[in-house]
Amino acid sequence: MSNHLQNLNLKIWRQDGPADGGRFESYLVGSISDEASFLELLDVLNEQLIGEGEDAIAFDHDCREGICGTCSLMIDGQAHGPQRGTATCQLHMRKFASGDTIVVEPWRATAFPILKDLMVDRSPLDRIVEAGGFITAATGGAPDANIIPIPKPVADAAMDAAECIGCGACVAACPNGAANLFTAAKVSHLNLLPQGQAERWSRVEAMVETMDEHFGSCTNHGECEAACPKSISLDFIALMHKDYRRAKVKNRKLISQI
Amino acid sequence: MTDSLLQSNTPAGSIADKWDNYKADMKLVNPNNKRKFKVLVVGSGLAGASAAASLAELGYDVEVFTFHDSPRRAHSIAAQGGINAAKNYRGDGDSVHRLFYDTIKGGDFRAREGNVHRLAQVSVNIIDQMVAQGVPFAREYGGLLDTRSFGGSQLQRTFYARGQTGQQLLLGAYQQMARQIGLGTVKLWNRVELVDTVTVDGRCAGIVTRDLVTGEVRSHAGHATVLCTGGYGNAFFLSTNAMNCNVTAAWRAHRKGAYFANPCYTQIHPTCIPQADDTQSKLTLMSGSLRNDGRVWVPLNAGDNRAADEIPEAERDYYLERLYPSFGNLAPRDISSRAAKRAVDSGRGVGPLKNGVYLDFSAAISRLGKDVVKERYGNLFDMYERITGENPYDIPMRIYPASHYTMGGLWVDYELMTTIPGLYAAGEANFSDHGANRLGASALMQGLADGYFVLPYTIGNYLAPMLNKPVPGTDHEAFKTAENEARGRFQTFLDIKGTRSPDHFHRELGKIIWDRCGMERTAEGLQQALTDIPALYDEFKTDLRVTGTGSSVNQTLEKAGRVDDFFQLGMLMCRDALERNESCGGHFRAEYQDEEGEAQRDDDNFAHVAAWEFTGDPMKSNRHKEELEFETIHLAKRSYK
Ligand SMILES: Cc1cc2nc3c(=O)[nH]c(=O)nc-3n(C[C@H](O)[C@H](O)[C@H](O)COP(=O)(O)OP(=O)(O)OC[C@H]3O[C@@H](n4cnc5c(N)ncnc54)[C@H](O)[C@@H]3O)c2cc1C
Ligand code: SF4
Ligand code: FES
Repeated sequence: MSNHLQNLNLKIWRQDGPADGGRFESYLVGSISDEASFLELLDVLNEQLIGEGEDAIAFDHDCREGICGTCSLMIDGQAHGPQRGTATCQLHMRKFASGDTIVVEPWRATAFPILKDLMVDRSPLDRIVEAGGFITAATGGAPDANIIPIPKPVADAAMDAAECIGCGACVAACPNGAANLFTAAKVSHLNLLPQGQAERWSRVEAMVETMDEHFGSCTNHGECEAACPKSISLDFIALMHKDYRRAKVKNRKLISQI
Repeated sequence: MTDSLLQSNTPAGSIADKWDNYKADMKLVNPNNKRKFKVLVVGSGLAGASAAASLAELGYDVEVFTFHDSPRRAHSIAAQGGINAAKNYRGDGDSVHRLFYDTIKGGDFRAREGNVHRLAQVSVNIIDQMVAQGVPFAREYGGLLDTRSFGGSQLQRTFYARGQTGQQLLLGAYQQMARQIGLGTVKLWNRVELVDTVTVDGRCAGIVTRDLVTGEVRSHAGHATVLCTGGYGNAFFLSTNAMNCNVTAAWRAHRKGAYFANPCYTQIHPTCIPQADDTQSKLTLMSGSLRNDGRVWVPLNAGDNRAADEIPEAERDYYLERLYPSFGNLAPRDISSRAAKRAVDSGRGVGPLKNGVYLDFSAAISRLGKDVVKERYGNLFDMYERITGENPYDIPMRIYPASHYTMGGLWVDYELMTTIPGLYAAGEANFSDHGANRLGASALMQGLADGYFVLPYTIGNYLAPMLNKPVPGTDHEAFKTAENEARGRFQTFLDIKGTRSPDHFHRELGKIIWDRCGMERTAEGLQQALTDIPALYDEFKTDLRVTGTGSSVNQTLEKAGRVDDFFQLGMLMCRDALERNESCGGHFRAEYQDEEGEAQRDDDNFAHVAAWEFTGDPMKSNRHKEELEFETIHLAKRSYK
């Protein structure tokens, strides 16, 4: 049977729009089931606010299954909250206790302007993918799928990187607002696979340089890995750096041959 | 007789030749002329992203619209289990014909043969295309692709990427589209919602959108428009769909003349985590693939309150294995869901609220070892534990059916065109391929088939004759009228100033639809719903409360528009269910069952698609028919015994 938590004090960031300065507001939720998810806590609070004629708190969410990467809350100073390897939507109230004070903020990073309350604009992450996070293979011309056997460990490693849900917690957790873990995950997914080899060097160059245009620099704090709901490994950053350095050399060589 | 507007336009020839015949005869647009045509693609899930990428690669001028912040967040991302294809890599006897047959039979003989056969044909190209895009499908140790079996099939034709197949496929299609965005051939509109479609002289001229950040209402004109906007499973409020899935795009098109087909064909998935309390906002699917190794059971006797491990084998009822020995735990979804409902209704439900059945992995763990089970389903087990607080390696999972997928949708012909010329529907938004029930791992296949391998051909066939002919621009009065109507509609929601939130109404509406038009329907219950829904809708129109303004982010206002459309759809779902006096697939009318409680079809009177025409009031929509012609397949009783 579910138990109920009583009297949760929520301190939530409210901001009317990108131009507004924003402030913390305090709210009390009298009772919530420990089976509820953290976002359901916000649902309950929003119903309460609408009942009082107030504006509901804006926050991004969609699948509530930890896969779409839409939810994005800083809970008590931790991106996605206290449970490791867990997105906000999969965090449940049984991780909290009656009477707790919980501070909820949006992702904070220069690259992610706040749109309203807890909702930010993460589209610079898409710009990195558009720069090179793909394999060029137009519809129609693909050879049979089994023509290139891919050793299981290679496919598994690519999959480990491909699991990234693009939530941006790594950026929010990073003191510099760097997007290295996200970018490394995407670069590694494709650069590890045989299909990705043709564009390996141009991909890493384009993606890293687009990343640098929008985001801060990585100084190896490792906060990103700790915040990542998919536990994407820091090793991928090392892989990306290695490929980037090699790409620079290779591309210079190519140019010198012209 | 088939209504004159509902000609399927299926090409002539034997079933295996139809698609080739179509391609041989279709009109073509010269590569240099393609950029003169603007195609609006609404939705960036598997169907939308694959269509947009392919059309842009061909040279069309493409614009893509999504209410998500990024195209990669479309609900396709959440698909877990896998994607079917008739590759026959295992040599287990698969073929295009078999996949075609299984899909028609799985759909309880209520789908159009021509479309389904084409789907089976192109399924093999999808896997090739997705591997080329870098989708890290599961592999065998030798490096070749691995496959597994899935409900409703006795073959291993399902390709998968851990428990995240939808995520990996969507990332593949999204990346392919992202490349086009980077090249400037696709323009992306994110965080905008379609709020109307516009027709001029009977053709689709474009759409009207609302910017979810600024509230700006704006028109977009195009030569052709494609709706890839997903399904309407959230009509039930609680479902496995993402929170923002809605019927608005399809419904707004329906109001403008697109017929809505088979709205009562909804799929209730047997393996979801049961509801835990009243604040629950959605239900979580535990992939159907779990039924490969999990055994479903309930206690033999009602009121047995012992913990699972205290109930001896002899006092357990493995009811699927008992009732359907040849398919066992892999019986199709509609059948498994009803069986679970009956088990719970008979007082044998398990868990604190007695609202579930067990899905037990102990036999698989002792046969294969914990490591193998973990390798196969680890992420699903972790998800289950995060949600329920119980460890499924030790205690059997508890599952119960939930709304999951909708087979009904906008009526389309063989070319995926709706009854509005120039307006197409693809993916879950159309009604086309799954009849009255969809087989597992076939929705991803259909979305990608539509977007990659069907629309790029059929749209060209429509556009070719329009070369150098002017089309209405956004200054046309039809756009202005639609914009003003949309602004007025959202202002009305703000002005009601009643007492109850959109979510409140959605929850109540969902409960009516679930109780009356869910897993089991009766004429009496449906008639009741058709009194209750309009009554609640009247309250919605006078007592809705939307706080905030229309000129900045306002999720309450967005929700109000979506719930408004769910109300109207809900009426149509119940009317469709009431008119269909038979049981087939996901549509189970208690009055029409055989001695063993199985669905009883009425092929003489109902072997047709019901397509509804909007007349201004969903309670008064007109029902039209497309007769289904079975030239290849012999209609048979669907047995999984
Ligand atoms: C939990 C879960 C698991 C599943 N697992 C499987 C599986 O294993 N195998 C399988 O084959 N199928 C599975 N399915 C079904 C399958 O995932 C879906 O049917 C399929 O992905 C739908 O794809 P789509 O492209 O049609 O729509 P979606 O992916 O739902 O995309 C809809 C798009 O339309 C946009 N949109 C909608 N309305 C508007 C509007 N008004 N304005 C602007 N944009 C709009 C959205 O932003 C989104 O981009 C699963 C479904 C669920 C719920
Ligand atoms: S690397 Fe992790 S934290 Fe960063 S975007 Fe991907 S999933 Fe989110
Ligand atoms: S809402 Fe989708 S990951 Fe949290």
